Amino acid sequence: MIGRQEYTALVRQASPRTNEAKTLFAAFCVGGIICMIGQAVSDVFTEFLPLDEKSIAALTGMTMIFLGALLTGVGVYDKIGYHAGAGSIVPITGFANSIVSPAMEFHSEGIIFGMMARMFGVAGPIIVSGVCSSVVVGAIYYLVGVAV
Amino acid sequence: MILELMGKYGRVFLCGGLVCLIGQLLINKTKMTSARILVTFLLAGVILEAVGVFEYIEEFALAGATIPITGFGKSLAAGAIEGARIGLFEACTYGMRAVAGGLTAAIVFGFVFALLFRSKSKTA
Repeated sequence: MIGRQEYTALVRQASPRTNEAKTLFAAFCVGGIICMIGQAVSDVFTEFLPLDEKSIAALTGMTMIFLGALLTGVGVYDKIGYHAGAGSIVPITGFANSIVSPAMEFHSEGIIFGMMARMFGVAGPIIVSGVCSSVVVGAIYYLVGVAV
Repeated sequence: MILELMGKYGRVFLCGGLVCLIGQLLINKTKMTSARILVTFLLAGVILEAVGVFEYIEEFALAGATIPITGFGKSLAAGAIEGARIGLFEACTYGMRAVAGGLTAAIVFGFVFALLFRSKSKTA
């Protein structure tokens, strides 16, 4: 029997040493580039569409999600993600990737219990925590507003 | 004009990159899974917006703050705060309303592209 700490030490020794500086640099660059693409999309929409700021922001997010889903579909996004790590996870395109990727993988298990159910393996926690926290924030603001 | 544009996009690149770098640091140091990373950043966005700090960050970072999942949290909180001015029902539902577009896009595009494309690793 070995203790938990010894085990962790062993795992650390055995797992392949990724060059940490390299992963950080890749995440920084890829994340930065994805955000610049988002900014460009937003700038183009602002220039050519007669919409208010909020709609532009929503549309930009939707466009980035579309791009993330498409690139995942054609198999490019996961290749980027292999090198970029968090650089491809943290942007909203990564959210799209987290939905499309398992949906594709479990296609063979059927449409309903394969795709539709598995789509939310990663997205589920995000949606649940996001919606719940927004309700908390809304309720606090409402109560403070009523009290004042 | 060009200098201005370069400065703006440079800021977006630096800030967006920095957010992702923090995410990568968390992965490297704590072996957090991507779902945990995303939830953490989302909640960070919600909290920053709720305390009123996010708009200052966004003013400087632009898409560098809104394209990462923090922007999704920001929209949720901003919607809820907007709804809270109207009533309790709106306070609870306007967060979801604010991200309805993004969620719809994610679900519909996710479903459609998963129907159209097959996973390479399984078919190969």
